[in-house]
Amino acid sequence: MKIINLDHISSKPLLPEVKAAMIKAINNDYHNPSSQHKSGEVAAETLDQARGSVAELINAALPKEVVFNSGGTESVNHAIKGVAMANAEKGKHIVTSNIEHNAVIRSLRRLKSMGYKVTSVSVDEKGRVNPQEVADAITDETILVSIMHSNNETGTIQPIEEIGAITRQKKVIFHTDAVDSVGVVPIDVQKMGVDLLSFAANNFYGPTGVGGLYIRRGTRIFPLIDGGVQEGNKRAGTENLLGIIGTGVAADITRRNLDKWYRHYKALTTKLLNDLPEYIDDYIINTHPEHSLPNMVSMSVQYIEGESVMLMLDDDNIAVSTRSACATGSLRASHVLISIGLSHADAQGTLVLSFGKDNTVEDVTAFLVALKNVVTTLRNISPLYQKVAQG
Amino acid sequence: MYNKVVMDHFRNPRNVGVIENPDGVGEVGNPLCGDMMTIYLKIDNENIDDIKFQTFGCGSAIAVSSMLTEIAKGKSLDEAKKITNKDVAKALEGLPKNKLHCSNLGADALQMAIKDYEDRKAGIKRPELIRIDKHEHSHGEQCYCPYCDIELEGGTTFCDACHSSLEEEH
Repeated sequence: MKIINLDHISSKPLLPEVKAAMIKAINNDYHNPSSQHKSGEVAAETLDQARGSVAELINAALPKEVVFNSGGTESVNHAIKGVAMANAEKGKHIVTSNIEHNAVIRSLRRLKSMGYKVTSVSVDEKGRVNPQEVADAITDETILVSIMHSNNETGTIQPIEEIGAITRQKKVIFHTDAVDSVGVVPIDVQKMGVDLLSFAANNFYGPTGVGGLYIRRGTRIFPLIDGGVQEGNKRAGTENLLGIIGTGVAADITRRNLDKWYRHYKALTTKLLNDLPEYIDDYIINTHPEHSLPNMVSMSVQYIEGESVMLMLDDDNIAVSTRSACATGSLRASHVLISIGLSHADAQGTLVLSFGKDNTVEDVTAFLVALKNVVTTLRNISPLYQKVAQG
Repeated sequence: MYNKVVMDHFRNPRNVGVIENPDGVGEVGNPLCGDMMTIYLKIDNENIDDIKFQTFGCGSAIAVSSMLTEIAKGKSLDEAKKITNKDVAKALEGLPKNKLHCSNLGADALQMAIKDYEDRKAGIKRPELIRIDKHEHSHGEQCYCPYCDIELEGGTTFCDACHSSLEEEH
């Protein structure tokens, strides 16, 4: 049974080369990279090699600026809480945006309960932050600006370089959650002017449970996890060497193929957006027409609900993601979609489609054909569509 | 996530549609998640001769609507008035805890449709059929935290287990 996977924002499958490298790593019986004997040194060299590969992918000046950990969520928690703890004497004010991932929102919520103040800037109807608003929000007390690189619900990319210029001038630490961007669009931490950048390996065809935080040399940050002196004394605990080896291989292959995959992704999203009107009507595209991830389309199909669409497409062996309130644990409309001005009813019908390198134009057409049927079926059930159809 | 009975009613919903010139209509909306359900009744000799529904909502909401119409069809109005949210959820062999509120929508829409029929019969005109609920703790006897799924005390706005604020959220 072939499943058409149009949900690569949740995770991307392992590359065959990554699988092979990880299996080989298991058979290599690596020792603890912190051990000083020969076996430990071999492990340490392997670890450093992977670190170098990731550093190259994001153009870090030094490999040691890459700190491996358990993934995007830990990276974000480390960036925010680590900076807050290390700079509390300077100030307790943090600037963020209205459309961040829960890892950011809830880390900040935790800090708020401990006396920190948070200013959250809004976004325009296409989901972009205005850098001037970030500049205006920064005070003498501000210790951190945390704005995501691309949004996981809309795919919209933020003006990170412009914000980076502001934070550098104002000497405020800048973190960007780039979990959905690293491996999909070119990332250059030096050009972007960020001090901290979060990434996850499973978003560039590496294993789940591995990721890391780029920490520019000289950035004042405490570890989130205390213990040994692993990872340059920034993240204690024996490293997940097997996962990190897979991450290094994934980073190498991604870097070499980034341009090619970018063009492939762009061709698929362009076809999807061009062909869509032939199949369905009454939908809203939430993705920024210009500043967006090349592999992602967020669309709100009106008068129907996203979880129902997702379940019916699943019956057709097509995997998509929805941002309907019904499909979340909290049953609340997405804060991102409400922030860009969608009504609660329209937000209910939101599908997030994200392509991977192995998707084809045939997949796009198969999706559109299936979508048309599902939308027709669900609109026949929907009282909202009935009202609209009757005028 | 959903059991086989729920998925069957979602995939093959019974009694979908509109009844022309209905004897009663009930329309209920849920502002929390945006679901909306309409129930149409054809009454013959104080019996539900025909019942149809339209629903804007998730898999659970559609399955609830479908099951509700199956339970109610052919019943006398007196019997139908006794149909509760629990009956629908039970007939579906259970719903995920955080989807139990969907079953409210079904029974509420049916009761409104019956009320509409009785009002029409008594000559009472109601200008507005839609009732938009404020968030109520009407999902049976238990509330559950939407974040950590733990059972909550009724009326609380804070989950002690996961420290989440629950204003209008559960």
